[in-house]
Amino acid sequence: MLAYTVRRLLQFIPTIIGISLIMFCLLNVLPGNAALMAGGKRELSPELIEKMKKDWGLDKPLYVRYLIYMKDLAHGDLGQSFLRQEKVNDLLASRIWPTLRLAVSAMVIALTIGIPLGFFSALRQGTWGDSASMIVAVSGVAMPQFWLGLLLMLLFSAKMNWFPTSGYGDGDFIHLVLPAITLGLGSMALLARTTRAAVLEVLEEDFIRTARSKGLSRFLINRRHVFQNTLVLILTTAGLQFGSLIGQTVIVEKLFSWPGLGSLLVDSIFLRDIPVVQGGILMIILAFLIVNLVVDLLYCVIDPRIKYQ
Amino acid sequence: MKDTIYKKILRRKNLVVGIIITLAVVFMAIFAPLMSPYHPIDDADLMVSDQPPSIEFLFGTDEQGRDILSRVIYGARVSLSIGLLSQAMNTVIGVVLGLLAGFMGKWWDDIIMGLTNIMLSIPSLVFALAIMALLGPGLINVFLALGFTNWAYTCRITRSQVLSSQELNFVKAAQALGYGKIRIMFTQILPNIVGPILVIGTLGVAGAILIEAGLSFLGLGTQPPTPSWGGMLATAREQLFTSPWISIFPGLAIFITVLGLNLLGDGWRDYMDPRISRQ
Amino acid sequence: MNHDDVLLNVRGLKTYFYTLDGIAKAVDGMSFYLDKGETLAIVGESGCGKSITALSIMGLVPQPAGKIVNGKIYLNNDDILEYPESKMQDIRGDKIAMIFQEPMTSLNPLMTVGSQISEMILRHRRVTKKESWERSVSMLEKVQIPSPGRRAKDYPHQLSGGMRQRVMIAIALSCNPQILIADEPTTALDVTIQAQILDLMLRLKQDYETSILMITHDLGVVAEVAQRIIVMYAGKIIEEGNVFSIFENPRHPYTKALLKSIPKFGNRTEHGREPLQEITGIVPNLYKLGSGCSFCPRCKEAMDICKIKDVGLTDLGNGHRVRCLLCKSKREE
Repeated sequence: MLAYTVRRLLQFIPTIIGISLIMFCLLNVLPGNAALMAGGKRELSPELIEKMKKDWGLDKPLYVRYLIYMKDLAHGDLGQSFLRQEKVNDLLASRIWPTLRLAVSAMVIALTIGIPLGFFSALRQGTWGDSASMIVAVSGVAMPQFWLGLLLMLLFSAKMNWFPTSGYGDGDFIHLVLPAITLGLGSMALLARTTRAAVLEVLEEDFIRTARSKGLSRFLINRRHVFQNTLVLILTTAGLQFGSLIGQTVIVEKLFSWPGLGSLLVDSIFLRDIPVVQGGILMIILAFLIVNLVVDLLYCVIDPRIKYQ
Repeated sequence: MKDTIYKKILRRKNLVVGIIITLAVVFMAIFAPLMSPYHPIDDADLMVSDQPPSIEFLFGTDEQGRDILSRVIYGARVSLSIGLLSQAMNTVIGVVLGLLAGFMGKWWDDIIMGLTNIMLSIPSLVFALAIMALLGPGLINVFLALGFTNWAYTCRITRSQVLSSQELNFVKAAQALGYGKIRIMFTQILPNIVGPILVIGTLGVAGAILIEAGLSFLGLGTQPPTPSWGGMLATAREQLFTSPWISIFPGLAIFITVLGLNLLGDGWRDYMDPRISRQ
Repeated sequence: MNHDDVLLNVRGLKTYFYTLDGIAKAVDGMSFYLDKGETLAIVGESGCGKSITALSIMGLVPQPAGKIVNGKIYLNNDDILEYPESKMQDIRGDKIAMIFQEPMTSLNPLMTVGSQISEMILRHRRVTKKESWERSVSMLEKVQIPSPGRRAKDYPHQLSGGMRQRVMIAIALSCNPQILIADEPTTALDVTIQAQILDLMLRLKQDYETSILMITHDLGVVAEVAQRIIVMYAGKIIEEGNVFSIFENPRHPYTKALLKSIPKFGNRTEHGREPLQEITGIVPNLYKLGSGCSFCPRCKEAMDICKIKDVGLTDLGNGHRVRCLLCKSKREE
């Protein structure tokens, strides 16, 4: 299993190279643009633009710049921000903790509500409780996050005054509540649906009939036989959801003025701070890859049929 | 026979609700000029800015005194056209790449499938953001960003259909008789992938509408004054506490549209193959 | 019924399925008994309701579509259909145990086979976990699984189909049940393995003094293991009797046809082998059963009256009963 993990980690390298190549090409095909954008609407003298280009290394040909970029990347150096007097590494490092906190909290909400809801629904298939929770689930999937966030703000900040509208506070819990719910609800809904479908599938299995023929109680069958087999079926979805949560932090962070990777990314896109954009996106994709790896390793733990060499 | 098909469709409430909602939104987009009481852009009147919903302005007015109902109705045009066009583009890209990977094999297959896997490993919102970062804000750019991000599933399905059809004996026979790849493509492959592609497409349109709204909300998408649901919400955020109605109705429009398309796509998939939908 | 040692007595059992397409009468008025130490075989084509009969006895009819609408099932003179679910759970596994057709899917893939046996023992016997594990290992030994101590820690996917069916038998017999219901226990296995499993079942039956209700479509299996046979068609018993009278003197056209459809050793004529006969037609749609004999559309000896008149079971003596107008009229003559 260790060997498998190492091999999978090594496989990250070509993926990262591929993605960074695509992104580098995409983001750098318009040379000099960054310098112009950085100047904003002000008229810059041609000399100044040339100087800026030189400072940022934009005067060299594209392939040289790519090679330099890749050399730095191999050393874990994502370069220098165009506009802030900081290294991209430091910028990202200062922003990653809030994002991770937000994404993990959202995922915890999604898992702890979504999976039980799906179970509840499946075990009461066809009742009004089932219909009600599935209506909630279908609606949750279709809910645009920024609108959900606005509604939550309106209700819980403006009307009830329970939670602050936005901001990070001192990193306290109360600032986390609304963003985490906003980010987690869609995944919660999707997990609830997947869980319901998975439970219904497992309940049809022959080994459930065997378990019943042993005289085991419904409760014991659900706990011992249904739950574990359901987990196997929903693990992939859960992993994908966590990955896409990390992507969606972009919108939620912007909405709640959350000082994370996502809002840094959006701001940098507006400012055309290319090194930061590159670094931020690479970071999100890396997180996505790691989550996928963790999911595969978890399979190994809960499903004896899977053995990775 | 026709009778039972109708009955089968009607038995699936999801599908029926999905069809009704989708048709309603499409109708709204097409007949926007007839349905909206005011012009969405030109009828700005600062005298009536920030009005709550009333008989005169059913959904209220925004900070420039424009009728929100009219803007929501016109917003359907932006959302639907972006969703449909970008998904059409994705479908074409996916099918073409899938056919290439399947028929050409060898390094074509390797490169295309490698690319597909990379696409699947990037959250589509992040990829769209990256393209927006390159192209800058704007409606056309949103279309381009979305049109290149969601083709991976289509590509996979097409490729696997090509591969499995080549195992079929009658296709082998057809090849032996000298029938060209083009002919096999049109007679064997495309008819078989129409169903799954339509389902993916319907759900893809819903996803694209959500992302477009998200990008517009971030200020990267449709630019003012063009009425778009996401863009309306971006301005609404600033006046959330003073005039909340501005944020409610555009969001509701996105929600209902996406809900309708999802129900349609899911219901259709269930209808075609009840077994798959369990997964 | 003049036996004193009737263990299981099923009276007028009706199990129907209520679906969108209508009502399927899967089991439609079955009455039979099972003696202590006896092996009774229920034979019929797939879809004739034999598995549903077994599941009805277990109280495991698929919900919510399936429902026992009528009848009584006496176990030791107690109607178990009257039992609440909790009491039924005490019966299942302890008094009546069941083996299923598909050894590949009937075991939980995520649990070791040892713990799948011991969970049954723990459910019905007051033992510690350790004791239940030891007993599981000894059950594996009884069903002739080599190195049972290590095998108990294996997961189902590590075992072959035959081995898994042995595990199923070990589970079923682990609480020493009075009745073992075996639903096509050998159908999914290789022929060589089939014989081994049947042997094993018969031997353990002696050791444990268990009665067996064997459900199968395979008359070869029946001849080997059963004392009595029930032939089922479209939810009803159409012929019943001991193995000799059924095999030697089948009375119902369906039973005759069934027997002709299995290859027999030594059945040769000058022109070579007597050809095997298939039963033409298909199993009737349980949703659309008419009033007459349900075998009538496929019957070679059918008369006009068969299409309308349903007929009860005719007792031919010696426990041989048959549901056919041909036999009835002959007796009445």
